[in-house]
Amino acid sequence: MTDYRMHILICGGTGCRASGSNEIRDKLNHFINEFDLEDEVQVVLTGCFGFCEKGPIIKIVPDNTFYTEVKPSDAEDIVKEHIIKGRPLKRLLYKNPKNDFAITSTENIDFYKKQIRIALRNCGFINPENIEEYIGRDGYQAMGKCLTELPPVEVINEIKASGLRGRGGGGFPTGLKWEITRNVENEQKYVVCNADEGDPGAFMDRSILEGDPHSVIEAMAICGYCIGADTGLVYIRAEYPLAIERLLIAIKQAEEYGLIGADILGTGFNFKIKLRYGAGAFVCGEETALIHSMEGLRGEPTVKPPFPSVSGYMGKPTNVNNVETFANIPVIINKGAAWFSSIGTEKSKGTKVFALAGKINNVGLIEVPMGTTLREVIYDIGGGIKDGKEFKSVQTGGPSGGCLTKDFLDTPIDYDNLIAAGSMMGSGGMIVLDEDDCMVAIAKFYLEFTLEESCGKCAPCRIGNKRLFEILTKITEGKGVLEDIERLRELSNVIKDTSLCGLGQSSPNPVLSTIKNFEEEYLAHVVDGKCPAGQCKSLLRYDIVEDLCTGCTLCSRNCPVGAITGERRAPHFIDQSLCIKCGVCFEKCKFNAITLT
Amino acid sequence: MTKIKTLADLQRIKGEVQSKFKIRENSNNPTQFVQIKVGMATCGIASGAKETMKYFIEELERQAIDALVTQTGCMGYCYAEPTVEVILPGKEPVVFGFVNKTKAEDIIDTYIKKGELIDGIIPITFKTIDD
Repeated sequence: MTDYRMHILICGGTGCRASGSNEIRDKLNHFINEFDLEDEVQVVLTGCFGFCEKGPIIKIVPDNTFYTEVKPSDAEDIVKEHIIKGRPLKRLLYKNPKNDFAITSTENIDFYKKQIRIALRNCGFINPENIEEYIGRDGYQAMGKCLTELPPVEVINEIKASGLRGRGGGGFPTGLKWEITRNVENEQKYVVCNADEGDPGAFMDRSILEGDPHSVIEAMAICGYCIGADTGLVYIRAEYPLAIERLLIAIKQAEEYGLIGADILGTGFNFKIKLRYGAGAFVCGEETALIHSMEGLRGEPTVKPPFPSVSGYMGKPTNVNNVETFANIPVIINKGAAWFSSIGTEKSKGTKVFALAGKINNVGLIEVPMGTTLREVIYDIGGGIKDGKEFKSVQTGGPSGGCLTKDFLDTPIDYDNLIAAGSMMGSGGMIVLDEDDCMVAIAKFYLEFTLEESCGKCAPCRIGNKRLFEILTKITEGKGVLEDIERLRELSNVIKDTSLCGLGQSSPNPVLSTIKNFEEEYLAHVVDGKCPAGQCKSLLRYDIVEDLCTGCTLCSRNCPVGAITGERRAPHFIDQSLCIKCGVCFEKCKFNAITLT
Repeated sequence: MTKIKTLADLQRIKGEVQSKFKIRENSNNPTQFVQIKVGMATCGIASGAKETMKYFIEELERQAIDALVTQTGCMGYCYAEPTVEVILPGKEPVVFGFVNKTKAEDIIDTYIKKGELIDGIIPITFKTIDD
């Protein structure tokens, strides 16, 4: 077994590779061989360190030196100075931008770790199908502490003091919700876990249930203890089979160990958990619709009040919380409200899990403290935009949220800032869009989704969204007129003001925010008849430049609809009335004779 | 398995599990076993984590390497699935991305057997609640 004394880790992420990390590696290897160090030092290319704006990044272990903006010409010095003489190169160390002090090895090597995992603490760490691994990671300790030491009111006060707000999107203070449910007198109450995650591209809750189901079970029991409920129900969509399987295994194990069931830990507290399956309707994430669905009724929302806390499942007081909210609870009890509230911003405490998707290099599941900026999320953690394209917008909050421009990149992410910026936190989907995405088409995409998912109970949502969708379709087909923009705005506001539930009240958000932030794109569609991103096919026009066309007939032979005509060795022509804008001619032409406008 | 009837029982099991982990993690004894965790959330499985895990189990068995192969949840590096974490006795955990059969073979031959790192390590980019 080779025992290397040192490893030089070079970031081989897309960003760093583009700025020459491969060349740095070759240079390092060259000098390591020159000084006969190949048995002592190994150079390894790694995945993204998530600090791409300061790339290329090099980390040297075991002394944990972190070099930024390394150039191939630095390789010699790294080997001669650092590796041979053990003297770190000051000029390559990362400098704290606030005071310009170089951050040396052992001191604060975590500065580049922008993520902190609270809700995801066990995901990717324990085996979710083994309760003992969860117990080994302080599992069920919080429940034990609550049941034996803390009266329910004290637990609720602790949750209130922590500042935890609902992670499903609304951001309602969790402790307050528990208190309200507790204060309603009734011999039967329920704890409901909302696992009906439905935003396109969002998978935070699924990952928690798949990776750490016991944290949700434990938190539900704590909630039951606080509000006076002996039954917990998890409303989960049937299309999450793995999450369901792991949850069922976890419930069974917890029952076998006596951690849920009758007389838990000899305290006389009883709590059982059952699953209720949803059919994957988006509206059932709304708590009243969710409760009706569990009751076997149509998944339609009803007017609040009465709130579920007063009259919920089967008319009994019901406390509904989201999966991620629950996953935070045991940590708050174990580490204290003060610890939790030290993370985050003034009004949004703790962390938030985001599912990072779209035109970004490091698609994945991340958890960052509230107050992290979009720039840090997209560039430092997400590794920047794919293929070096230009950032255009980030969509947060799913179909209920909005699209933010680059002007908001430095906005700290929390509930209130995102609303002020015209979007919302939502459950945590974050979709990054680049220069090739058409904002009108994006608005149309989300509208199509809400249209499909609207339950149809109230007219503004059922009919209004359909009309919005029709106008957007008209615009993307190049048939829009200037007045359509005003019509979209007016109709959106009516839908927002008059819809019954959250789905309708927020469904026009993607339209409103894209009009607000990208009005010029709408204008380009309706006034100039152009799609700046080149996405709206009907607005494209292919033409053949006569002077460049050699008459090779390649385009006309490949045109699937026979829209191109012309004699051999003579310029060809495209019949615009037949053209379906497929772009085949554009790709096939060897003489760049076809233009796209 | 006995039922946990009191908080003391719970604490005892926690202590047992933790000391079991400790022995595994802190041991410098090469006969101690290698731990391999395969990220088996939906994203991992969709990218072939099940095959990867099966390969590790069979191959390590065949080569008589004493190893513990377990599954775990999503590590968050969905762009690099399947992801696998390998803990050699006495060493820091190392996470590998895009682990298909070929890569798994490489991990066994190069990292587990020789202790040499291989390209494609994913740096851990988050803090835990214990940090």
